[in-house]
Amino acid sequence: MNTTIMLFLVQDGITNGAIYALLGLALVLVFAVTRVILIPQGEFVTYGALTYASLAAGQMPGTAKLALALGIGAFAFDLFVARKALHGRLILRSFLTNVVLPAIVLALTIYFAAQKPPVAICIALSLVIVAMIGLYLYRVAFQPLAHTSVLVLLIASVGVHLALQGLGLLFFGAEGQRGPAVLSGSFTAGALRFTGQSLTVYGITIAFIVGLWLFFGLTLYGKALRATAVNRLGARLAGIRTTLSGQIAFLLASVIGALSGIMIVPITTLYYDSGFLIGLKGFVAAIIGGLVSYPLTAIAALFVGIVEAFSSFYASNYKEVIVFMLLIPVLLLRSLAAPAVEEEKD
Amino acid sequence: MSALLSVTDAHVAYGKVEAVRSVSLEVGQNQIVTIVGANGAGKTTLLSAIMGILPLKGRVAFAGHDLARLDIEDRVAMGLGLVPEHRELFVTMNVEDNLELGAFRIERSKAKASMERVYTLFPRLKERRKQLAGTLSGGEQQMLAMGRALMGEPKLLMLDEPSLGLAPIIVADIFRIVTELRASGVSVLLVEQNAQAALKIADQAYVMELGEFVLSGKASDIAANERVAASYLGFQHEGASVL
Repeated sequence: MNTTIMLFLVQDGITNGAIYALLGLALVLVFAVTRVILIPQGEFVTYGALTYASLAAGQMPGTAKLALALGIGAFAFDLFVARKALHGRLILRSFLTNVVLPAIVLALTIYFAAQKPPVAICIALSLVIVAMIGLYLYRVAFQPLAHTSVLVLLIASVGVHLALQGLGLLFFGAEGQRGPAVLSGSFTAGALRFTGQSLTVYGITIAFIVGLWLFFGLTLYGKALRATAVNRLGARLAGIRTTLSGQIAFLLASVIGALSGIMIVPITTLYYDSGFLIGLKGFVAAIIGGLVSYPLTAIAALFVGIVEAFSSFYASNYKEVIVFMLLIPVLLLRSLAAPAVEEEKD
Repeated sequence: MSALLSVTDAHVAYGKVEAVRSVSLEVGQNQIVTIVGANGAGKTTLLSAIMGILPLKGRVAFAGHDLARLDIEDRVAMGLGLVPEHRELFVTMNVEDNLELGAFRIERSKAKASMERVYTLFPRLKERRKQLAGTLSGGEQQMLAMGRALMGEPKLLMLDEPSLGLAPIIVADIFRIVTELRASGVSVLLVEQNAQAALKIADQAYVMELGEFVLSGKASDIAANERVAASYLGFQHEGASVL
């Protein structure tokens, strides 16, 4: 192997690793705040990517309808929970966010899908649609289970993953799709060639990480989210609703997932079930970070990306196996370093 | 005038074991009420249930509203605050962030003024405001927990064993601040094993044993009661007969 190939592989690995880093961070965030291991993260990736690609190709994505259906479900849940003490303001607010908003977005999607909208509108619509799906999904599938054990939440998470994957097949078919690049063009520096798309990936990843850092460090809602992650009872005693924190966490996770999808789909053809494997690699990084450490997760994600790039060069048949094998030494070390911990009860 | 907090015939159970049985209590405006009793008497359980952390059978009314079916967060919004025994601080965040989050439901402009008030009450916290909560000493953590609860502008502050594990000088400080709170219009429900100190500052007192109140009345009368003196105040009157 010469240095050019090596540089090329490292570059490729960093591009993928950046996306895994975002996904891993979202997984850590959701787990810390809600104790949900977010298996459907991969579906957010697929939905974001394929909604974007469909819109760009002038097709109507089914995800917009799913958002409305889930929104109606979320509204029904809100009504049911508040049935003993219904009051107008509460109902109106729930109706606006859960039914009116997705209905407007659906109308906009139908309008724009017919006329091959510009890239910016495709991106905006895809992000909003997947963000709403994430938000309503939390209301429908996870909020009613919020007090149960991590295992129950995990099983719900697997169920949601399977359901969303099946719906993905229904919406987008078995054919893969590719989307238009966000930034076209490229330039070369030495032996390396940088495409507009890979620069977009670096730029968006860095901007998002800085944005998250500012959000968690400076804003009240960001701090409230951290507080819920650090001490759930303490947060509730300060008046921070666990459900509010959960909603923000799911909103962030679904936006991150969709954004990752939109960044990947111009580079690789994505199928309705491709997101799962991509999400799993973010999961590997999150596990290496112990599901608690953000910096460790980001570094691990870059490492996962680079290992993947090299193994696809040397033994492309085994590239997934090699990446997932990374977990074994990490888990072994962790189990030796830390004594068995009883599951937190609350 | 009706009481600020009134608990009527409350039962709290862990599974089939009743930890609190048929307890009734009242806290009036601008009052310090204390519940004293030995370890395991059910005092913490009772406070947790009033706050909504544990389910309670019976009636709890606060400022004229029935609290049944209200979440912890709703009770906080109504002006009920709890400083739990284990403090439940955000240990990886600094002092100022902890305080700021205490005022999560309060308008930002008011929160600034609240923070100044808390800093005047606890100058130590101001010195440490950029330090992580987890690195504070036990006494400072207790102050921070109280400060965080006060940031939510409670009408009634419930303190669970604020003196536990603290040096006597800090305990004195904390009890002095509790009396200052009463002067500033915050009622206090104080649960303490340190009965002597608690009875000294309280207006009303309840004595709890094995999940039930066995005595109640004015704090000074309770302090003078021979049985209480024998069991909780650590000295025995000459020829005291057990009640």
